Amino acid sequence: MYSRKLPYLLLLPSALFLCVFFLYPFVLVAWQAFVTDTGELTSEYFMEMATHWKFNTALINTLLLALAVVPFQIVLALYMATLVNGMKRGRDLILYIWTIPLGISDLAAGIIWLAIFEQTGFLNSFMQSLGFIEEPIGFLGYQNKGTIFVAIMLAEIWRATAIVLVILVAGMGLIPKEYYEAAEVFGASRWKQFTRITLPMLKPSLQTAMILRVILAFEVFAVVVALGGTNLPVLMGEIYTWQYDLRDSSVAAAYALVVLAISIGFTLLIMWGLRTPKGARV
Amino acid sequence: MAEINIKQVAKQFGGTHALHSIDLTIADQEFLVLLGASGCGKTTLLRIVAGLETATSGEVWIGGHRVDKLAPRDRGIAMVFQNYAVFPHLTVYENIAFGLRMAKLPQAEVDKRVNRTADLMHIENLLSRYSGQLSGGQRQRVAVARALATEPAVLLMDEPLSNLDALLRMEMRAELKTVLAESKTTTIYVTHDQVEAMSMADRIAIVNEGRIVQAASAVEVYRNPAEHFVGSFIGNPPMNFLDATALGDGWWDVAGTRIKGPSVKQNKLQFGIRPEDISVHSPKTSNPQDSPSATIRVLEPLGSHLLASCKVDNQMLRVVLDSDASVKAGDPLHWSPVADRIRWFDPATALAIL
Ligand SMILES: Nc1ncnc2c1ncn2[C@@H]1O[C@H](COP(=O)(O)OP(=O)(O)O)[C@@H](O)[C@H]1O
Ligand SMILES: [Mg+2]
Repeated sequence: MYSRKLPYLLLLPSALFLCVFFLYPFVLVAWQAFVTDTGELTSEYFMEMATHWKFNTALINTLLLALAVVPFQIVLALYMATLVNGMKRGRDLILYIWTIPLGISDLAAGIIWLAIFEQTGFLNSFMQSLGFIEEPIGFLGYQNKGTIFVAIMLAEIWRATAIVLVILVAGMGLIPKEYYEAAEVFGASRWKQFTRITLPMLKPSLQTAMILRVILAFEVFAVVVALGGTNLPVLMGEIYTWQYDLRDSSVAAAYALVVLAISIGFTLLIMWGLRTPKGARV
Repeated sequence: MAEINIKQVAKQFGGTHALHSIDLTIADQEFLVLLGASGCGKTTLLRIVAGLETATSGEVWIGGHRVDKLAPRDRGIAMVFQNYAVFPHLTVYENIAFGLRMAKLPQAEVDKRVNRTADLMHIENLLSRYSGQLSGGQRQRVAVARALATEPAVLLMDEPLSNLDALLRMEMRAELKTVLAESKTTTIYVTHDQVEAMSMADRIAIVNEGRIVQAASAVEVYRNPAEHFVGSFIGNPPMNFLDATALGDGWWDVAGTRIKGPSVKQNKLQFGIRPEDISVHSPKTSNPQDSPSATIRVLEPLGSHLLASCKVDNQMLRVVLDSDASVKAGDPLHWSPVADRIRWFDPATALAIL
């Protein structure tokens, strides 16, 4: 019974699943954020969220982290993907090694980097044994917001660059060799081949990788908790705090909607920025 | 000055020999056509000259410089690829402009050259399109325009007109020939179409199984094939070959007739004659001694002439007849070769005997 309806029929279960477990909770969250217990529409929870002293810090920290981490990851992954694609042998092995961090949960990643940076950590004992320092340095102390930020950045880059790498390697593999040959014959240097052929033809993969990474970056949580505790508030952490410590799920819901709005905003921005002109094929 | 010297270039892919020791010199501003059947190594040779493939052994010189070690972009060439390689993310305009942009030409000059070459290839109305919106033939013309726009010293073209329909191809053939004659470009042009080769080439290099078997003008390869292969490959229909047995003193028995030939020590030769170099006699006037008889098997009226496929002495003989000749299948045909058009080949080596 192959018919035009069949594909829709086959999609129905997953659509239902999404409705029940995504759309419904989403409506609930939105309801919680906008509607009081007595059933009146209100912006009171958003006001409470926005006027709280940690809101701006959390928002700025989250945005700064994403801005510091994602572009760096994209550039790094592009470079690594170029190297991998240029390899004749051992390509798969290197790829496996580079993607090991993908198998580690973000909390575990945070703890690994904590073991490096904490007062009794590897970095301190290493520098001490070499005689660079007398006393261990409290890299992650509350007065060292800068080093906490850098440590989180490093952990995030170490943990989540591989997913970008995998997407870009696959995308680069799809670009036919003949275009590089043509570019080469018509005088394009290696760098020009990268900017005039690789980058434009990689747009769909770049788009996917960036959207994925940006959304995950706005949801950064466990790594921040592991390395900074509450010293570096981020949006996700605030949601957790409001929900479980302050027991105010309405404000937590308002936060959740902010994260959602930012994610959608950036997704649209990336899709627009990396759009393919009408008619062009890449 | 861009003379191209190919010296003992050989290429192996794994165990297969794609090219066996190619020696070829293309003079400055010459238009050389590499002609051969599919898979004979034409593309491989062109790619070696371009630097996209490394020869297993041998040297390539362009304009007096050895270029084997140079990257393609440093060889001063432009190329039309067999599979076009028109960039799908750029418009036709930007595709044609690609080489000019890489050379950092001013926009005015880019504009001028793109428009001129686009006009030439009849794609001036497609400039804002993307390659995904073009037909195969249009894409091919973009590829040619992109190469012409850079006004290279050396132009390498790999079957650049193969995907055009017959009429357009004929027109493009003539235009390309004119343009390239005016520019001072040295051209290597690959094709498997002998009409294209004959009509465009200053010189044709015929490639067979990775060897160049003859490199000469169109008339020369047609009239004086250096090998049996050339005779059977060039010409439509190809040259006729009949077995010849020595009678002594330079006389040979060809299908029961005595024909004067070379005085060589072999007992057997092959006698070659083009279908249009055969004269036909009415039975009465002919002397059976010097006019062998063949039996017509199939007649093909081709408009300009009538092609008769005959059997003579159990071998195939094709004869071009006048289009209003009154013959029919089964008729005997008395024929004789035009004496100075006969060619002889050694069956052992397949080479022509001079
Ligand atoms: N990259 C390659 N790897 C292996 N064999 C190849 C490769 N390129 C070409 N060949 C072989 O070399 C021979 C010549 O190919 P090619 O130069 O493309 O022929 P043509 O252009 O005359 O049709 C063919 O037998 C082909 O299969
Ligand atoms: Mg070819």
